[in-house]
Amino acid sequence: MNAATSSDAAPAAAWRAEVDASCAYPVVAFFVSAVFWLLFGTVLALLASIKMHTPGFLSGAEWLTFGRVRPVHLNTMIYGWGSMAGVGTLLWLQARLSRVRLPLQLPLVVGCALWDLGVAGGSIAILTGHGTSVEWLEFPYGWSFLFAGIFVVVMAASLMMFSARRVGHVYVSQWYLFGAVLWFPFLYVMANALIHGALARGVVQAATNWWFAHNVLGLWFTPIGLATVYYLLPKVLGRPIHSYYLSLLGFWTLALFYNWAGTHHLVGGPLPAWLITVGIVGSVMMFIPVTTVAVNHHMTMKGHFALLKVSPTLRFIVLGAMSYTVVSFQGSLQSLRTVNEVTHFTHYTIAHAHLGVYGFFTMVMFGAIYYIAPRLTGREWSSPRLIKIHFWGTALGMAVYWIGLTWGGILQGLAMDNPDVAFLDVVRHTMPYLWSRTFAGVLMAVGHVAFAILVWRMFTLKGRRLPEPASAPVVAMAGGAQ
Amino acid sequence: MNRAVFLYVGVLLTVLLSFTGLVSIPEKQLGGLQPLVDADGTQYPVPPTGMVAEGRGVYIADGCIYCHSQQVRPEGFGDDIERGWGTRRTVARDHIYDSPPLLGTMRTGPDLANIAVRQPSENWHLLHLYNPRITSPGSNMPAFPFLFRKVPVEVQVPHDALSFPPGWEVPGYSVVPSRRAKALVAYLKSLDHSHPVPEVPQ
Ligand code: HEC
Repeated sequence: MNAATSSDAAPAAAWRAEVDASCAYPVVAFFVSAVFWLLFGTVLALLASIKMHTPGFLSGAEWLTFGRVRPVHLNTMIYGWGSMAGVGTLLWLQARLSRVRLPLQLPLVVGCALWDLGVAGGSIAILTGHGTSVEWLEFPYGWSFLFAGIFVVVMAASLMMFSARRVGHVYVSQWYLFGAVLWFPFLYVMANALIHGALARGVVQAATNWWFAHNVLGLWFTPIGLATVYYLLPKVLGRPIHSYYLSLLGFWTLALFYNWAGTHHLVGGPLPAWLITVGIVGSVMMFIPVTTVAVNHHMTMKGHFALLKVSPTLRFIVLGAMSYTVVSFQGSLQSLRTVNEVTHFTHYTIAHAHLGVYGFFTMVMFGAIYYIAPRLTGREWSSPRLIKIHFWGTALGMAVYWIGLTWGGILQGLAMDNPDVAFLDVVRHTMPYLWSRTFAGVLMAVGHVAFAILVWRMFTLKGRRLPEPASAPVVAMAGGAQ
Repeated sequence: MNRAVFLYVGVLLTVLLSFTGLVSIPEKQLGGLQPLVDADGTQYPVPPTGMVAEGRGVYIADGCIYCHSQQVRPEGFGDDIERGWGTRRTVARDHIYDSPPLLGTMRTGPDLANIAVRQPSENWHLLHLYNPRITSPGSNMPAFPFLFRKVPVEVQVPHDALSFPPGWEVPGYSVVPSRRAKALVAYLKSLDHSHPVPEVPQ
């Protein structure tokens, strides 16, 4: 604890407890579902990874073929784990920051259950051969109506809280949450209509596809992730964010530029050159928001790195924030034509995507759940050892994953761009790196199982009662965020 | 005008802007592309129909796109053309009947935009799909044995049974491609972007 603990701690603790109580059912529902899909997606990830180096593994059944398991992995991680953890966090953050009780609790719980059904149904559809082969939109068209419908409820709840907010000042996290909750439904509905509804033709569908898919990261996961970091970092440290103006600059430049980056997935493809160039420019301009956010976070953390040892929340979100910086710079660079010429179509891209969705977003969501869940149940996390296993399993796993496939991808790209290397030799060169991914996947899986056990015990109230429901060991009260 | 309104408007404008730039304008520019009609009346490209369309469905259902692209990069950018994956770069017109376009983003396997030109043998494709290790030692492409039926040889040897190279026969059985396997091969044998187009000067 430090001096920042304010004198009006008692009433503040009271309204926080009230807000937290109003969130309990919906947010727990979203978190539990998210962790279920995390485990499910992990199993599919391992299957897909093993199949890449050992193609005979479980190859007799059509529903388990690589080309089905892989999209189910992606979609359960994106729409199951990531989005559901994101929505749970978003709802809680918005309630806390607006200082109002969470509205629409029953519709949200029902929505969560339907969302689960949607992810399950969509996954079964892909496994039974009804996937669409449109990356990030593999669930058949029909399912998109369900998700869009549920999203209306999430959007409504979030906007209701925002407009009923009892604080005049709009905190930086709220801008991001506000953006996320308006951007994603628009992206999702438009992309489905244009591609699955065939309102666009031919390669324009591909442009739409990457406008969408890149923005799932850029305008959905990234704003939720950054909102979380902007909220939790000052909370855990007990000091305000370094600079309000940097936050402002970071938000609006992200809103302006991230949007445009998607077509860098089509460099060299059959699209007008200007369209690709725009994507590259958008990607390079991302240097601005990323640098501002990195500087802002670093200056806030400065002098407090020792706290990483005691706070699991801090450890996960700081690792996540650092990954955000690295993955974004990497993304800007790899959109450049000379780099892209080598890395496009290789495992390098896969490593990059995982650094974003996993190294950044997933890590931040882990941190968020570590922070939020005790406040919903009034219990402590039951085992520091399991937390340690979770952290090191996922952190090392991610490191091995990224290093292996980044390096392997570069070698693969260089070999592929050299016509003297036979294609089967390119395949042979990548083998060790494909194995390294499976090894990384096992490490991550161990971490996920440890986390799932912790979450299970948390929500079945197995942990010790917290002495004071609204505060945890390394949490101070004030510090910019409400 | 308070800050919330500013947020609303700003947030919506940014995404509308990129939608217009990356989706609407390209649709204006490319949405009206027409096929080419040669002097002899043949059209390029043609919409997939019959077995080809069915095979395209198998390609989608079994996720070939996660390892194969269908786009040749321009000369001087990568070595797609030197590798023999095509004689010219792929253009938007090649894909006007492709919904969704199966351009792909991954090349664990070779580009397939012109596989019909490169590999015309039906038996090669069937053997390769049945087990890629038969034709391509060291390949990590999955086998698709479920697209085939095994028939005991005592019953009959069907006319369309696969002819295996020595050592790969399945003792006691002949292996027969299902309709879906044949459709998939029909689709692969339709993938040919070699027709000249005005977009790429020869
Ligand atoms: C796990 C990745 C993977 C998947 C999934 C995959 N392939 Fe392949 N494919 C490869 C690799 C690697 C090669 C190169 C070695 C070989 O010939 O097997 C290849 C080669 C090919 C070739 C020969 C290309 C040439 O230039 O000779 C064809 C045709 C082909 N695949 C078709 C398919 C079809 C059809 C599907 C879906 C039913 C499919 N592949 C799914 C990895 C994959």
